[in-house]
Amino acid sequence: MADFTLRVNGSEKKVSVSPETPLLWVLRDTLELTGTKFGCGAGFCGACTVHVEGAPIRSCSTPVSQVAGKTVTTIEGLGANGLHVLQQAWIAEEVPQCGYCQTGQIMTAAALLAKTPNPSDEQITQAMNGNLCRCGTYERIRKAIHRASAEGAQ
Amino acid sequence: MSPLSRREFVAAAVAGGAGLVLGFYLPHSDKKRKEAFSPNAYLRITPDNKVTIVVARSEMGQGVRTALPMILAEELEADWKQIEIEQAGASTLYGDQGTGGSASVKTTWDPMRKAGAAAREMLISAAALTWGVARSTCAAEKGSVVHAASNRRLSYGELAAKAATLPVPTDVTLKQPKDYKIVGQRLPRVDTPSKVKGEAVFGIDFRMPGMKYAVLSRCPTIGGKVTNFDDKESKKISGVTFAGKIGDAAVAVVADSVWGAMEGRRVLNVNWDDGPNKDLNTAAVVESLKQSAAKKGASLYSVGDVAKAKGRRISAEYQLPFMAHAPMEPGNCTASYSANGCELWAPTQVPQDCRDSVAQAVGLDPDRVKVNVTLMGGGFGRRLEHDYAVEAALVSKAANSPVKVIWTREDDMRFSTYRPASLHQLSAVLDGAGWPVAFTHRMIAPSISGQKGQPVPGGVDPDLPDEAAFVYGVDNVSVESVIAETPVPLGWMRSVYALQAGFASESFIDELAVAVGKDPLEYRLHMLAKDQDIQFFTNTWHTARMRGVLQLAAEKAGWKNPLPAGRFRGIACFGCFSSYMAEVVEISMENETPRVHRVVAAVDCGQVVNPGILEQQIPGGIVYALSNALRAKITIDKGRVVQGNFDDYSPLRMNEAPVVEVYMVPSTESPTGIGEPSVPPLAPALCSAIYAATKKRIRSLPILNS
Repeated sequence: MADFTLRVNGSEKKVSVSPETPLLWVLRDTLELTGTKFGCGAGFCGACTVHVEGAPIRSCSTPVSQVAGKTVTTIEGLGANGLHVLQQAWIAEEVPQCGYCQTGQIMTAAALLAKTPNPSDEQITQAMNGNLCRCGTYERIRKAIHRASAEGAQ
Repeated sequence: MSPLSRREFVAAAVAGGAGLVLGFYLPHSDKKRKEAFSPNAYLRITPDNKVTIVVARSEMGQGVRTALPMILAEELEADWKQIEIEQAGASTLYGDQGTGGSASVKTTWDPMRKAGAAAREMLISAAALTWGVARSTCAAEKGSVVHAASNRRLSYGELAAKAATLPVPTDVTLKQPKDYKIVGQRLPRVDTPSKVKGEAVFGIDFRMPGMKYAVLSRCPTIGGKVTNFDDKESKKISGVTFAGKIGDAAVAVVADSVWGAMEGRRVLNVNWDDGPNKDLNTAAVVESLKQSAAKKGASLYSVGDVAKAKGRRISAEYQLPFMAHAPMEPGNCTASYSANGCELWAPTQVPQDCRDSVAQAVGLDPDRVKVNVTLMGGGFGRRLEHDYAVEAALVSKAANSPVKVIWTREDDMRFSTYRPASLHQLSAVLDGAGWPVAFTHRMIAPSISGQKGQPVPGGVDPDLPDEAAFVYGVDNVSVESVIAETPVPLGWMRSVYALQAGFASESFIDELAVAVGKDPLEYRLHMLAKDQDIQFFTNTWHTARMRGVLQLAAEKAGWKNPLPAGRFRGIACFGCFSSYMAEVVEISMENETPRVHRVVAAVDCGQVVNPGILEQQIPGGIVYALSNALRAKITIDKGRVVQGNFDDYSPLRMNEAPVVEVYMVPSTESPTGIGEPSVPPLAPALCSAIYAATKKRIRSLPILNS
């Protein structure tokens, strides 16, 4: 066991866990932020995507020791003041079916838009291809990203 | 927080105490409920004007928490904005709560409509009595009863107490489709906001005070058992509190965190008795299917006499592999056992089966087992099983603590129940003009229900009547099922046998059309030219409705128009779960691999309750089907499932997802299934397109393995 301090969604959190514990389980079990999902435990599906220092990472494969002292943003903290433009777009396009992968999809999309405010179809595919959805919502995800991009630019 | 997610949160927060059991009435627990108007188990209206509709099916993404309340709200003349949704747990009030077979709307259509209509009539009576006016001068509209002549209005909440004193009518008049205000509307799903905010509580997110986490080490060989285990290393892992044998074939490691339990399992030392299947491999399974083909089958459908038909004979064999559901949320369940009872929070499609199976496993009466139904991160049939619930209850009992059992992705892939592998023998006799005068389909596959010890009346798996119809007018037809045996665990996976039956039958029809140089659309339309009812078990199919979806899909796809260079297309149709579906698939070939650009789908599923949800379900089914067709294959080696994660069992990603267009045949017939019917036509339409592009016939799935 060791103590770590993370800055999660704007507030400082101290946790006492074994250093190799994946960030995913620290978020879900210790900090009770269950919007970040467990899908594969191996970085294949993207359901566990969060931002560390603004960059999208797979929290299932990132030991907590690697993010000590860093800034972590989860779906719960994405729209710090109300819904993020992507969350609004996701609602407008009725993207989710089961919804399980969608928080990871939104976090990946948010990182894309932060770097590339007006992504092309190819850029969207490239950014989103690591996020699996078994309900097959991919085309709506694409539409929602375009919508958020258009609305974010206004 | 939406009302739904708030209630789920409350349920999570109070759990472990008395336990709020969603969907059960607690009539003495609060004053409001005592004064509630609740003429049936689906509806509760309280004096504060809250209208609560209970959903007695499980939400796994298919939209039942929105669609089913819409049905009741329509007849109630409710104000949709006023509706709150409550999820029923396992109950005795709603009949079979199993969520599968694309049947939720179909089977609740009548009970939900009648429940709403009865309440509406009682509320009108209550208003008429209150005002002392003739009942016929009052009308229900948007959550109130109005008396137009005197311009008076009372809300349902205001009428609840009086309505509760009136007798429940047994015979009510249902609305005409032309008067629908809610059914048929694209209403937004009630569960969307909580899902995009990360607030929705799936089974895996449920928490209760004192809860521990468990992962299980299961015998990797099918049918094997635990010989013994050594937990010395596991106990050294921080937070591990318990390790113990669960059933014959698993050892659970319990810890105060998921990661602790996973680490504890990693270093657990188990000796396995591999049992009778240690040499089983995929080749042996295929061989056993081939041997079973010699057996006499059970007739599913027979007209005329296929043996007597004369003409040109064409035959082909098709083969399909085991497949895994692989929902995004891995298996999990939370259980809190005590000698007095056991409460579960289960992402399950079968709450009542969980209740009964858990009761048996832990030695309690079923009425001592409460099953709360959580949201599911996909189901696709995997959660029609109850293994996760039984494990959770047994571990909670053994570890003497509330426990959440979590499966890893590898657990989900290797200890699943699989779509049965199958073999199909097809033959046809064509007349001088090339039209079929005889059509024979022998389907050789293990029985899912049979393997589970459930009845297989007349040697026919009870799923087949919904999934293996041959909806064409051919003079001589024989559809036959031969049940093979396999030790590989079997389960119902989205569209179940319809995927296999549709792939074989529709691919073969494409072969026939090609063999005689006819257009595959024209070939099918010729077989459907005559209006005809086709009786398949208790379902009556109509050739006219199948013709309707084929023509609609073809027209919208521009079937008659030439394609750009390098583009190819194929078509298929199939009827299952009482719905009719046709799809046109447009592809190009890139490095000998098909790239699907566009799928045009047409459906006739009777009255559509919410077109917006249908427009999610059909592309969803098509993407699922395309994953299956291209790559889904579970193989067995040395008695073990080979695939483990999304690297070697890789579903479709965005780069391969086609644009899907959805068209509905307008209909006021009773609603039929929509969750599964879009799956079966995809693979044969795709393989037809691949043939058009390459002249290569694919008779074995998955395509990228052929």
